[in-house]
Amino acid sequence: MRFLALLSLLFSTISFAAIDTYEFKSSVDEKRFHDLAAELRCPKCQNQNIADSDSPIAKDLRRELYRMVDSGAQDTEVIDFMVTRYGDFVLYRPKVNSQTWFLWYGPYLLLGVGLLVILLIVYLRKANRRAQPGAKDIELTEQERARLDALLNKDTK
Amino acid sequence: MRKALFLIPLGIFLGLGFFLWKGLYLDPRELPSAMIDRPMPAFDLPSLTEPDRQLSVADLKGEVALINVWATWCPTCKEEHSFLNQLAQQGVVIYGINYKDEPVKATSWLQRYLNPYREVILDKEGRLGLDLGVYGAPETYVIDAQGTIRYRHVGAVDAKVWKQLQAIMQEVEGATS
Repeated sequence: MRFLALLSLLFSTISFAAIDTYEFKSSVDEKRFHDLAAELRCPKCQNQNIADSDSPIAKDLRRELYRMVDSGAQDTEVIDFMVTRYGDFVLYRPKVNSQTWFLWYGPYLLLGVGLLVILLIVYLRKANRRAQPGAKDIELTEQERARLDALLNKDTK
Repeated sequence: MRKALFLIPLGIFLGLGFFLWKGLYLDPRELPSAMIDRPMPAFDLPSLTEPDRQLSVADLKGEVALINVWATWCPTCKEEHSFLNQLAQQGVVIYGINYKDEPVKATSWLQRYLNPYREVILDKEGRLGLDLGVYGAPETYVIDAQGTIRYRHVGAVDAKVWKQLQAIMQEVEGATS
């Protein structure tokens, strides 16, 4: 009996998770609501979107989002509404502009630099290899030959 | 040439190190307000002190003022309240937005801790807060005489913050007069 009571305590917390019940006119609206809620960042909790967050502000924003989606606002209108109030911070997918250019295209730039470096290394290696057959022809000096003989004879002794 | 190549990783390390070191001193909770230099959003909300009277943006215009977003459920608001009282005594115009609160609790709070606000806007639903981009009380805004938002501070107002706000208010006042 005591075990059951403890067990029930364990599961009681689940009921605290906030679930809003919104009724949508169509499944398209519902999908839009969920997509937008997943893409908008909660201003208070930093690393959660407004769909996941339990904070009061996220709840308000969800309500506002529902109101807008339900009244037929376009996705861009919703995004603009949020950005004018909370700034670019609310977007998990930042807009492409002069400030975010490097964020969007920086990785491709780095990839390009990486490829260039690899090509350069490959080219230098090839150039080295091409230069090596020529290296065989270099004559050893008298001193070098004597040293080489001495080294080779070391083991045969 | 060869030696220069070895300097590349060092350069990358120094660059990264600099940005990460800078990052240590940034507060990620400090968000730039999107509302700076925009007019105060329109509203039509009752006054907390006289529930029959509706307030609008027109009531906030005329002087450079502070707008303080507060609620009784917010512990930091309690912390800054006595400082706001001091400011009000010095003649600073402060408007209050009672944000998502219960009017009864808010009224008794003002009776108990004194009322530093010239007007208190009752924003029970948080609609005005949403239009302002409020994401957590307390927040304090500086508005100019035309009702344009000039600055936002998130968190308690204390002597240090007030110095900052005061400088901005003086600057705004100088620019308009």
